[in-house]
Amino acid sequence: MPAIKSLDELKKIREEAIKKKEMKTAPGKTQVIVAMGTCGIAAGARDTMRSILNYVEGQKVSDVTVTQTGCIGLCEHEPIVEVIIGEQPKVYYRKVNVEVAERIMREHVQGGKPVESNILPLQS
Amino acid sequence: MREIALHLLDIAQNSVAAQGRSIRIEVHEDLKNDRLWASVKDDGRGMNAETVRQVLDPFYTTRTTRKVGLGLPLLKLAAEQSEGGLSLVSEEGKGTRLEVSFRHSHIDRMPLGDLATTFLTLLVSYPQIHWILLYRVTQADGTSEEFFFDDVELKTELGDLPLTEPEVLSFVRKMLEEGINATKP
Repeated sequence: MPAIKSLDELKKIREEAIKKKEMKTAPGKTQVIVAMGTCGIAAGARDTMRSILNYVEGQKVSDVTVTQTGCIGLCEHEPIVEVIIGEQPKVYYRKVNVEVAERIMREHVQGGKPVESNILPLQS
Repeated sequence: MREIALHLLDIAQNSVAAQGRSIRIEVHEDLKNDRLWASVKDDGRGMNAETVRQVLDPFYTTRTTRKVGLGLPLLKLAAEQSEGGLSLVSEEGKGTRLEVSFRHSHIDRMPLGDLATTFLTLLVSYPQIHWILLYRVTQADGTSEEFFFDDVELKTELGDLPLTEPEVLSFVRKMLEEGINATKP
């Protein structure tokens, strides 16, 4: 079983990740939420999610919570992604394909500058 | 949605919405009997017989039970079109089990798709839920290979370290991809 065989490896990963976390100053908590109702999944939300996770993994982005939500009643705009950084108001994005997801991660989550072209004008 | 793994993601969302605390996803590619089975089982709040009937009927579901939507009727149709079927067994307060089957070699059978990404997505998004994945392949000669993943051990080891820590994510993704790829027929 690969799961059991690599537990030692996981222990090492855990210790290293905790060390790194302690060294950093805690920024505002960041949340990235992908809408994954049937409409979202059919529109490609799983690829969007995969793109976000690939970015987190590839660019070693720590302290970002990635989660999902159901249909929010705006199916024509799917895939929809919500970004919450610290105390800032929530930003909704529409038509988030793999490329847009990567831009959101780079420019907004890491750079602090929302990706204007895909913002869904909603009040949160 | 022409990928079984995408439907499984969609069905698992229903299990999450039904407040399942433990959700088990099984996929069995049985080449010996030329079948492909997939199931999602949860210990959520369940449904009564009337609701079970309604969620499989597109004309009821679109408006009355929006949360379930069109996903299930379309999956049922796709299964029936490739000599399979869909069954939904549910008991209020106990949970729900959905099973779908196809003839494996049927020309219209939808591809299994990316099971690893479906599972990774669920694991990361709902860390509070106990996830179990069983992927089994039975070859034409009757020998079986399987990949079994229960997240209990992983979560015990991680403690309060989130799954979205880059190194952890990398570890889990590789484990799922390697385990599933090594099992594929």
